[in-house]
Amino acid sequence: MNLKKIKLFAKNIRKNIIFAAFKAGSKSAHIGGALSSADIVAVLYSDILKIKKKKTLDDNRDRFILSKGHACLALYSALVEKKILKKKELETFESDGSNLLGHPIINKLSGIEFSTGSLGMGLALGVGVALAAKKKQKKYKTYVILGDGECNEGSIWESVLCASHFKLDNMTIIVDKNNFQQTGKNSSIMDLKNLTNKFKSFGCEAIEIDGHDIKKIYKSLNKKNSKKPKVIVANTTKGKGIQMFENDNNWHHSVITKSIYKNIIKEL
Amino acid sequence: MKIENNIKLWSSLGMRATFGLIAMELAKKHPELIITTSDVSTSAGLDRYKNKYPDKYIDVGIAEQNLIGVSAGLSSEGFKVISTTFAPFQTLRCCEQIKVNLGYMKHKICMVGLASGLVLGNLGFTHCSIEDIGTLRSIPNISIVVPSDPFELFKVLNEAIDYKNSVYIRLTAGANSKIINSKDYEFKIGKAVEILPGNDVTIIGCGNILGNCLEAASILKKKNVQCSVVNMHTIKPIDHEIIRNITSKNKLILTVEEHNIIGGLGSSVAEVLSSYNHNCKLVRLGINDFYSSGGSYEYLKNIYGLSVEKIIETVLSNL
Repeated sequence: MNLKKIKLFAKNIRKNIIFAAFKAGSKSAHIGGALSSADIVAVLYSDILKIKKKKTLDDNRDRFILSKGHACLALYSALVEKKILKKKELETFESDGSNLLGHPIINKLSGIEFSTGSLGMGLALGVGVALAAKKKQKKYKTYVILGDGECNEGSIWESVLCASHFKLDNMTIIVDKNNFQQTGKNSSIMDLKNLTNKFKSFGCEAIEIDGHDIKKIYKSLNKKNSKKPKVIVANTTKGKGIQMFENDNNWHHSVITKSIYKNIIKEL
Repeated sequence: MKIENNIKLWSSLGMRATFGLIAMELAKKHPELIITTSDVSTSAGLDRYKNKYPDKYIDVGIAEQNLIGVSAGLSSEGFKVISTTFAPFQTLRCCEQIKVNLGYMKHKICMVGLASGLVLGNLGFTHCSIEDIGTLRSIPNISIVVPSDPFELFKVLNEAIDYKNSVYIRLTAGANSKIINSKDYEFKIGKAVEILPGNDVTIIGCGNILGNCLEAASILKKKNVQCSVVNMHTIKPIDHEIIRNITSKNKLILTVEEHNIIGGLGSSVAEVLSSYNHNCKLVRLGINDFYSSGGSYEYLKNIYGLSVEKIIETVLSNL
């Protein structure tokens, strides 16, 4: 693990998120949930995932699924850092006819495995992809990022049960637990109580970490799975990295004006 | 075994059990086949298949949203996937998963909806399926086929497994289903078949209810009314050409379906008819947009005007 390299990667992801959201202007962007997942995505794309430019269709690549599709700016930004997407393309974010809308659109060549955005669906796809690896005796790994609010969806739990039943030790689920959902705190809208224990009780190997501690993220992702699917409940801060956005749910989906952009980009 | 012998055997078994037999053949032909189910192996006639091909069978439990997602994931990795469960759960229960995974993303799955229509009327309308066609028809990139009998199911499955997009195969009737196709014939998704010629009226049906249509036509013939009967096995894409041919000859079209008359076969035909000038009247027989009291298959077909007698009555009163 190269801590300095990953930290730079994470910083650039945040810069790209802010840049694209600013470019989207009045079209607005999901900012808070992209920033909360930025460190997890940075560790994955910098040091964990076997995904390479010009080899995005390689059958042995690791599969990454952003089930919380509204955090797409984190994914697009990581793909820019990997040079799979051009930075110029980020400027088309949410514009007419763009490939980079406010939720990911399947584009395997550009490193986007599935269209997501309707919550609760990405994990089932991940289970299918991980099962396929078992059937075909392929070594690739499947990684799925869920939101904590997304875990309100019953379909998530259908898929967790299934991943555990089929002993999918080739998949890792990361929950970006920023404690907020669209209109407020999880605890007031739909209390998830102890998520880690829930995953454990479904038969997964679940651990809880600080989702902004690069070393811990790396260590937990790098640890070999036992014979169960691995779940990392990552405690994060919504809007992480930009002080005025942190834990302020108004930045769940909002507009970054020119003056705000000028101020916050300095922070990074 | 001769095709003709198969036709008799399969009809007595009904579509569900026949599906299980066909699956055994498909597995031999297609090494990439995987059948996914939601705890319905026995109901789908798949017990033999499951035992013979445990690696090609995935039961995700009673979790239909997951069923579609997992199937789409497998399909995206190159497997040929057939998913199956009872029709209401194969369609409406997981409708958005179908939209996003099969419609929007275009992953290919062949979905087999068991016991659709009214055949499970004794179990109540939770288990009947009169909304599946209408719902799925509004999702792009999904074809809808309603085989008329088990032999046609055999033909549909063989084509659907390599079809260009996802296909919903809607099975109707139970064991001892009626034989609609007693001889081999050419089948193609999207191409309807005239199974009985006639120049006064055309009855267009889909599914095993075509048995009642044929019987009604043969009684009407004795009353000097010549009915043609068309097997519109594919609801989407609908066969425009055959409808144009009908309106160039006949003055009355009767559609007959085990589905709500809103959104199903009748609606699909009406949409075609509204797109050009002709002098043909359309009467739609089917579930007239209400949930009746429950009961046997025959009881419900009577209530909804789908019995042989009601079909005859409707034709005569509209001539």
